[in-house]
Amino acid sequence: MSLSDLEREQQQAAITRDDPKFASARIAGFQYLTVAVFIFLVAGFWDLQVRNPEFYSERAEENYIKSVPVLAPRGRIFDRDGRIIVDNHSSYSLILTRENLNPAHLKPIADGLGIDYHDLVDRLARMRGRPKYEPIIIKEELSPQDLAFVDAHRDRDTFPEMSLIRAQRRLYPENGIAAHVIGYVGEISDAQLDNADYADKYHPGDIIGQAGLEAQYNETLMGQDGQRRVKVDNMGRERELMEDKPAVPGQDLHTTLDLDLQTVAELAMDGRQGAVVAMDPRTGEVLAMVSHPSYDPNIFSGRVPAKEWKELLSDPAKPMLNRAIQAQFAPGSTFKPIEALGGLEEGVITDDFKVHCGGGASFYGHYFACHKKGGHGEVELHKGIVQSCDVFFYNVGNKLGIDRIAKYAEMAGFGKPTGIDLPHEASGVVPSTKWKWRNFRQKWFAGETISVAIGQGALTVTPVQLATAIAGIANGGVWPHPHLTRDAKVEAARKYNVSLENVAKVIYGMYGVVNEGGTGGRARIPGMNVCGKTGTAQLASTAMVKSANGKMKNNAWFVGFAPRENPEIVVVALFEHGAEGMMAAPIVRDVMKAYFDKKARNEAPLPALAELELPPLLQPVRAGQPARTEHP
Amino acid sequence: MGIGYRSIRDIDWVLLVVALAICGLGVLQIYSAAHGTIWHDAWWKQIIWIFVALALMWLISIVDYHTLMSQVPILYVSSIVVLLATFIVGQSVFGSRRWIRVAGMTLQVSEFVKLVLILLVAKYLTELKSSQLELRDLLKLGGLIGLPMLLVMKQPDLGTALTYVPILGIGILLAGLRWQYAATIVAVVALVLPVSWFALKDYQKARLVSFLDPNQDPKGSGYQVIQSKIAVGAGGMWGEGVTRGTQTQYRFLPVPHTDFIFSAFAEEHGFVGVIFALGLYFLLLMQVVQNAQTAPDKAGMYICMGIGALLLFHVLVNVGMVVGRMPVTGIPLPLMSSGGSNIMSVFLMLGLVNNVRLRRYVN
Repeated sequence: MSLSDLEREQQQAAITRDDPKFASARIAGFQYLTVAVFIFLVAGFWDLQVRNPEFYSERAEENYIKSVPVLAPRGRIFDRDGRIIVDNHSSYSLILTRENLNPAHLKPIADGLGIDYHDLVDRLARMRGRPKYEPIIIKEELSPQDLAFVDAHRDRDTFPEMSLIRAQRRLYPENGIAAHVIGYVGEISDAQLDNADYADKYHPGDIIGQAGLEAQYNETLMGQDGQRRVKVDNMGRERELMEDKPAVPGQDLHTTLDLDLQTVAELAMDGRQGAVVAMDPRTGEVLAMVSHPSYDPNIFSGRVPAKEWKELLSDPAKPMLNRAIQAQFAPGSTFKPIEALGGLEEGVITDDFKVHCGGGASFYGHYFACHKKGGHGEVELHKGIVQSCDVFFYNVGNKLGIDRIAKYAEMAGFGKPTGIDLPHEASGVVPSTKWKWRNFRQKWFAGETISVAIGQGALTVTPVQLATAIAGIANGGVWPHPHLTRDAKVEAARKYNVSLENVAKVIYGMYGVVNEGGTGGRARIPGMNVCGKTGTAQLASTAMVKSANGKMKNNAWFVGFAPRENPEIVVVALFEHGAEGMMAAPIVRDVMKAYFDKKARNEAPLPALAELELPPLLQPVRAGQPARTEHP
Repeated sequence: MGIGYRSIRDIDWVLLVVALAICGLGVLQIYSAAHGTIWHDAWWKQIIWIFVALALMWLISIVDYHTLMSQVPILYVSSIVVLLATFIVGQSVFGSRRWIRVAGMTLQVSEFVKLVLILLVAKYLTELKSSQLELRDLLKLGGLIGLPMLLVMKQPDLGTALTYVPILGIGILLAGLRWQYAATIVAVVALVLPVSWFALKDYQKARLVSFLDPNQDPKGSGYQVIQSKIAVGAGGMWGEGVTRGTQTQYRFLPVPHTDFIFSAFAEEHGFVGVIFALGLYFLLLMQVVQNAQTAPDKAGMYICMGIGALLLFHVLVNVGMVVGRMPVTGIPLPLMSSGGSNIMSVFLMLGLVNNVRLRRYVN
């Protein structure tokens, strides 16, 4: 270091090294400022971390915990041979998680998915009472375009509330086959949620059975949704699984329906209005149940567009009605076997009871015509049933009186629901003096009995009631309970102490109807001893029907069973506006023929196979036994 | 002239130990917040930076601060030149040209300009003849600080530009100011603030708006503030533990190893950890102030106080932002935030403080 450097340094020191303490008060001021700043900052932390940490812990959880429902697949529905009637197929549904829902996003989301914005807002409002972690399904069956939209917009910065879940959708048979029996599923409605029965069991947004077996066995079929709770990062990626409650799948439903018979019956009714019920009289198992016109239940498995709903509900042909259990019509002459049994049991029809039919007869000052203008001449029981002579049954009914007719009608199961495992079954009407007094506060007029005697008047039945009634006669006085599922708890059949001899006489008459040139000849199947009875039920007075110029025709009924001994199948066909009972006979014949053809096919090769001593898994499947089905 | 024997003994060991303790918390938090991400080796880089910074601190300690002050004109002009150069050769990150590549390292020039400005203010005020600042001095100083501020704001980096204000502010306050001038400055600021609103960039406006009401735009600018407050609050009294904070680990917290490192720290170490860390900062500041009080001359006092004011401003704005009491400005937390420029500039400042301390017994 040189001297000049030292000098300069000293010079500089003279200028600058004055008292540095001049600012000590201001430096102290800075120290106070520092203290104030730190108190300010610590207060900030105190506020967040000590005063209400729970609030922020919860919000942190809302950030990283995401719950996604795992929808339980509904049980499938099988026919009696283990063939699938209703299946599921998987699809994607879009849900909104409400933990991070931004109301401003709803409009663009609704627009992007082509759903109604106001509808979406309403749905959200309905879910307000539910816990926040329960997400809301806002669209099902996402199309590839929808999926692309979701994929492109579900990141944190756009619409993070969107999530995809796999859902199982219902897949029903096409062309409305068995639509009324199976029913359909749909989202639980507000009205249902107001009902305590539903509100206890279900939540808003649940998909439940709304009709048919789907509704009847909803609890069996529905299963229980599971839930996945995962930790996610800010990009929505799963980082850790917290809870995985698997869905409990719904149980499968094994029905007594036989898809082969069902299909034949559907085809037989094609283009017609009415119903078919086929039943095994020995067990009450319903083999086929058809109601026409039908509808496609697949349109209900999503949310139903209001327009299609309206169309279905306002259709005058009432396609939503299950005619097999809900149509209540006069049975017409199909009532005659029951009345005949009553006449025999009550001793009104004796071996020498004969009536002369001249084409009509007068009772209580009124003339009642027979359907055959020229008359049947001398008529006893067998001829009366075979020819369906009205005059014969006017006389039987007149002698029995309304209350004894009602007794046998009720014995046959009319006047109250059969208890079949379907919702909303109609009960029909069995008129009696009591009934008339109860409903009209009027005395019964004896003249009214004459109409009821031929299955007209106030008497109405449903096809399933009629099938049950005929099954009871075919069984010799044992009335089974109709049912549609194999596992259903079925009440014991109702037994009545009717004389088997009397039953045999009625059955002989019904045999004659088909095989002795009677009104039901069209139902004949050679070698099968089909027994049956036609019925032509007036909708209104004959005069009105005539004036409608053929547009308003009588309902045609046919009831039949086979074989005559040890019957295996009862079939009832209602052909609305079919004009005459014989028009319904071929429908019954087709179904029966399908039954016996199938039975012959299945039975023929079996003995040979059985001799091979196959391992159990390869045992042949007989009709009437559930085949092995694939269970998960 | 050498400082030899007395240097080791006279080094401000308290300052150094406290600073290194804060650095240690920072490294730990950088590790916790960045492991498993593309910044997973940031903690390791940070340690290297700390060693580099310690060397720089040593270097700046041994050159007499008067010598450094005598170089201020050259340093100032070269600062302006380099700031201008960043517009041409600077690295653009997140739309802002702040960084410049030197020997394979990206350096944030504006961080180092602080040092020059501290020396500049100290030199100017030391050479002042009168006991109070004249209007002429105010304008001159304002212009000298204002020019680099303007350049940094144009990068654009409002946060760092604002850190130059306390350097000037503390100097003016210490040098003494006529109350008329003080009143004028307050009036001018009150007038300029609303006008400058229109000069702000949209994102800067959004940050201010979201500071005033973060819930107004929870997914936009307010998002950072909300998530930071959630992180801090979720930490509670004892914290969620290292690498256990969900806000930090699942990245809900923005940049948890740089600007929001104290938020991540608060989440994982709780209120107790916060008190400890803030306590260290308080110690650091008090130590700096103590060095100002024992400084051998005005120049040393101005240097120490400039550094103290700057560090206080950094802590106030960064930590205040973390608890939602200050707007989001994007300035780092001294000694903790990941990044070489931050570490180096702070250690250089501490080196200046040490420089002053080493010379307190001269004459």
